[in-house]
Amino acid sequence: MSKGNLYGLLTEFDNVKSLMRAAEQVRAKGFQNWDAHTPFAVHGLDKAMGIRGTRLPWLVLVGGITGLSLATLMQWWMNAVDYKFIISGKPFFGIPANIPVMFEITILLSAFGAFFGMWVLNDLPKWYHPLFTNKRFARVTQDRFFIVIEAKDPQFDRTKTRDFLATLGGLVVEEVNESAED
Amino acid sequence: MNASVNDQLDNTFEDPEQPTELVLGGHDFASITATVADIALERKTPLAWWLAIAFTGGLTGILFLMIGYLFIKGVGVWGLNNPVSWGWAIVNFVFWVGIGHAGTLISAILFLLRQKWRTGINRFAEAMTIFAVMCALIFPGIHVGRVWVVYWLFPIPNYQAMWPNFRSPLLWDVFAVGTYAIVSMLFWYMGMVPDLATFRDRAKGKVQRAIYGVLALGWTGSNRHWHRYEKAYLLLAGLATPLVLSVHSVVSFDFATAQLPGWHTTIFPPYFVAGAVFSGFAMVGTILIPVRHWYGLKSIITLHHLENMNKIILATGSMVGFAYATEFFIAWYGGNPNESFAFVNRAFGPYAWAYWIMVTCNVITPQLFWFKKIRTTIPVMWVMYIFVNIGMWFERFVITVSSLNRDFLPSSWAYYNPTIVDILTFAGSFGLFFTLVLLFIRFAPLVAIAEVKSVMPQADPHAPDPSVDGGAK
Repeated sequence: MSKGNLYGLLTEFDNVKSLMRAAEQVRAKGFQNWDAHTPFAVHGLDKAMGIRGTRLPWLVLVGGITGLSLATLMQWWMNAVDYKFIISGKPFFGIPANIPVMFEITILLSAFGAFFGMWVLNDLPKWYHPLFTNKRFARVTQDRFFIVIEAKDPQFDRTKTRDFLATLGGLVVEEVNESAED
Repeated sequence: MNASVNDQLDNTFEDPEQPTELVLGGHDFASITATVADIALERKTPLAWWLAIAFTGGLTGILFLMIGYLFIKGVGVWGLNNPVSWGWAIVNFVFWVGIGHAGTLISAILFLLRQKWRTGINRFAEAMTIFAVMCALIFPGIHVGRVWVVYWLFPIPNYQAMWPNFRSPLLWDVFAVGTYAIVSMLFWYMGMVPDLATFRDRAKGKVQRAIYGVLALGWTGSNRHWHRYEKAYLLLAGLATPLVLSVHSVVSFDFATAQLPGWHTTIFPPYFVAGAVFSGFAMVGTILIPVRHWYGLKSIITLHHLENMNKIILATGSMVGFAYATEFFIAWYGGNPNESFAFVNRAFGPYAWAYWIMVTCNVITPQLFWFKKIRTTIPVMWVMYIFVNIGMWFERFVITVSSLNRDFLPSSWAYYNPTIVDILTFAGSFGLFFTLVLLFIRFAPLVAIAEVKSVMPQADPHAPDPSVDGGAK
């Protein structure tokens, strides 16, 4: 096992309380490239880990504004410019009759912003992850909680970090490699 | 924990000082996962499932046969006449779209209102929403007559260099229902990704693991991901809330913007939305009760959940009943002879039988839910759901047909009868709906596993009990 292939170190917990306490300690140590992995969104963990707000709402706003402008332009150009026809004496372009479509397309593109924006910011889909090589990690989607410190963290030291993780009160501390082959 | 102890607990009794137990049966995180995931991954497919899908698959076949026949012969195979030029196709469309409102109401509005009990039923209701909207979309698609130019509904350049008429409510419908279908699907899928990852990690076979693995998009449960995921969920809920209210409002514009007495009323949007939620919850209940029984989900979808649904049915059913009364009052108070004729004709004319079925099912039935005994007795509530389903179909029938059959010119009055093609097409749409529901039960996580875990007492890091057990074995 060569050191170059080391992805990081993980430690496992079987309850939320210990995970939370451990996350606060890892944060206090000043690690940067680390994460907690949980089977569900743990309330308060963001704060314990010091995760800052996401840009996602801005993407949704951009989607919404794009949708509203597109829908307005489309209806105006199609019904009042390119293909004018009189129907029931209604104006070619009048806001009230065009509001429903404006509203729906605003919602549609905002929802695209939220859905696709979230996956892009999360760097997913990504069907391979070094953590998938760890047998214990399969329980992260069931009932176990993990803290992983990556080897690329500036403070990372194979033995020191390992010793530090061992003090957090987890069940085990294990090394995770970049790929399963070695 | 001893599973038998609180399995019997009555969680319909609400103590304001104690949070209601949403998960019974002494479950921990591992057993919740197993209860839900084993239905798709471990358990042998029951014979009843095969029999059921054979039956619903057959009905779906009939649906497609009827659609094929319609395409070859034209809309004359339906019972439409003049003046009743909108028949079962529009009735079925409104019926199915209405049913498709419960899922998003549960997943979006109840989420914004912090109703934690939604976690037990939201996945199933969302799935049902999507399948109902699929059934709904068939009807406007096939009723256009010249189905080969159905793409004219969309702003797609065509050989006649013409564009759709955006001033028509029928076109608003295309955008409203289309947006609703897409957004509901995104919401549903996004909610399912963490559970698909659970399936991936529990799957035994290589193929199974590969399929669930691809669908899970490489989800690792990273809290940095959860953070954005939760934000996206909140934003989608915020967007879906006005959307779900807009969909049936726009559907009601199809009627309300017409000049026809009985349709031309401003009460339609709120009245349609209340009716949609009412019928949607009834359909969710109709399916959920057998599913929770057969698949051992009684500890996750508890009596508390069903009782809460019944309360929503009571509230929305009362709104619907109130809307019926208001319509009648305005028909009299408005002093328009055409309007009052349309309403007297509705209640005492040739379609009086349909009107009184509607009133019996939609006005009287939900009022019985004032009694706690009825709200919490499963066989009784199931029968009530069936009544509501029937009543809400008849509501759309009454609105559509009874307003049309006696128009301004008495010489053109005519009685409308559906043909066998109408009836088989409608029956076939139930086949499609239940086929999709059965496939969903067999292959997908039918309870939002991750969300249910998050409302369990063990999930709270500040729980008073220091020996919180997260399921370590």
